[in-house]
Amino acid sequence: MNSFNYIITDELGIHARPAGLLCKLAKSLDSKVTLEKGEKSADATRVIALMGLGVKSGDDIKITIDGGDEEKSAALVEAFFKENL
Amino acid sequence: MKKITSIGISRGFALAPIKILSDLIVNAEKDIFTTAENEWKLFKAAQAQAIEELNNLAQKAEKDAGADFATLFETHALMAEDPDFEDAVQEGVEQSLLTAHSAVLQAGETLAQFFESMDDEYMRQRSADVKDVAGRIASIIRGGNADAMSFDSPVIIVADDLTPSQTIQLDKEYVKGFILYNGTPNGHTGILARNLGIPAVIKPDEHFCDSDNGKIVFLDGKSGEIIFEPDTETEQKCNERIEKYFDEQKELLKYKDAKTITSDGRSVKLYCNIGKPSDAKDVIDNGGEGVGLFRSEFLYLSSADYPDEEEQFKAYSEVLKVLNGKEVIIRTCDIGSDKRIDYFELPEEQNPALGTRAIRICLDRKDMFKSQLRALYRASVFGKLSIMFPMIASVWELEEAKAVIEEVKSELRNENKPFDDRVKVGIMIETPAAAVISDELAKISDFFSIGSNDLTQYTLACDRNSQLGRYFNPKHPAVLRLIELVAQNAHKASIPVGICGELAADEDLTEFFLDIGIDELSVSPKKIMQLRKRINNL
Repeated sequence: MNSFNYIITDELGIHARPAGLLCKLAKSLDSKVTLEKGEKSADATRVIALMGLGVKSGDDIKITIDGGDEEKSAALVEAFFKENL
Repeated sequence: MKKITSIGISRGFALAPIKILSDLIVNAEKDIFTTAENEWKLFKAAQAQAIEELNNLAQKAEKDAGADFATLFETHALMAEDPDFEDAVQEGVEQSLLTAHSAVLQAGETLAQFFESMDDEYMRQRSADVKDVAGRIASIIRGGNADAMSFDSPVIIVADDLTPSQTIQLDKEYVKGFILYNGTPNGHTGILARNLGIPAVIKPDEHFCDSDNGKIVFLDGKSGEIIFEPDTETEQKCNERIEKYFDEQKELLKYKDAKTITSDGRSVKLYCNIGKPSDAKDVIDNGGEGVGLFRSEFLYLSSADYPDEEEQFKAYSEVLKVLNGKEVIIRTCDIGSDKRIDYFELPEEQNPALGTRAIRICLDRKDMFKSQLRALYRASVFGKLSIMFPMIASVWELEEAKAVIEEVKSELRNENKPFDDRVKVGIMIETPAAAVISDELAKISDFFSIGSNDLTQYTLACDRNSQLGRYFNPKHPAVLRLIELVAQNAHKASIPVGICGELAADEDLTEFFLDIGIDELSVSPKKIMQLRKRINNL
């Protein structure tokens, strides 16, 4: 299991568009991607739950990668965050 | 003939018969429940069709309205196949024995309420997205066509509201405009209307009745004026306004990529003022020749603490890359006065505009200043960067700021982090002091950029945010004389001088600015073509 933290810099946080893009990415990976904000967590392939996390600018979230090619998946997900959020 | 007022949300004019759209989602009659298994099958089939339709819409949006809207429809497709949505439908069908149609609408309602209960305004609006998706699936189950918006002659649509998927369907050839009883200016539909160039207004102070279908209406998408059944004379005038507007728009496009040069050969650089990285594209789309002011405050405003070097580096690099070699002048942190941020812990002052702000904060909080300068210099390798300091009033302030730059450069060299040594370092002239000693400042600056808004405020001793009416004259001779003095001193020292305040776009002053030799005018991207037209016709 691989995990990393990320602080959201996008002024709108995880709104509809990046949620959709992240969901698409997560579905294409062979690893399970989970986001945690405080007490709440969501599987990144579930776009409604992802948006329901209400991740805003400045939030510190934990991203966990489990199973499959963890290193590759983590790298792709981290790059996605840096690029879009 | 009747005049109706409304709120304009997308500019342009239209004159056409109205078509009143009643509820597009077929009302649920009393359905007969078959079996849970059958209803579930109906749902899955409709779901698959909805997903296909949404992906098609995404492709259409990509062409007509840009990548952002394409992603929106893709997100709708993802919502349609979302496990939480499916679970809610399944429960309705299996537990509550609802028909597929009702189960879908109910699932949509439940999830919409979930979004509506969130504390973020933006998330609350997502409830509309999930209802849109559920409505589409429900409509397919009933055999309706959620996207039936085809017309064969010009119309102005009147509806309660339009979803983004309905708006993107609007055939611009026939749909000349729309009137919404309940839209919002900055929701998806408003933004889409503006992107597509379809005139639109919302919240008219009178509603139409069904018998008004087909009657002629004129609408002004900017002022919100609606004229119902104009008489012949008025209709004539409306047609003239429409023609004039279209001709003007076509005219302006000619100026997008043209060179900026008067008929007697004088030229000036037309740059843009921007506030965030996503604006950089507008500069290119409107024919801007560079960025004369990139306000860096968005970085400080969007987080709970000072932005770190990496996120600043990312933002500056992005803009430099989009501008691809065209000059980008980035202003260092200009917080204070009316731009306040909690974590800065600025002192409570009687006159914030005359207090701790901009360069004064930077010089007293060197770590923060260095972090910004490091990010700027590291980003400089991606394009043509220039840096300018706001609110300079004394020679020592500029010298001290430049010394910090030298420190940053030597640190970066020691760390083997590359930067472009040719970055120009200039200042904003926005204090009367700076204007008066601009001869001294010119010796140690690479360029000047006149911030006319603050310069006017300080020179006239008038708060730019209060209602001072005739006392606040942005074209006051004192301000113009100072601008002229600054231009003269810049030229004596052979450095360029630009204007980035609101005055730059004032067409009454364009000739004056050219006469005194201003080298660059920086305005909002939407004003570039119009200004270039003015200049080229001088």
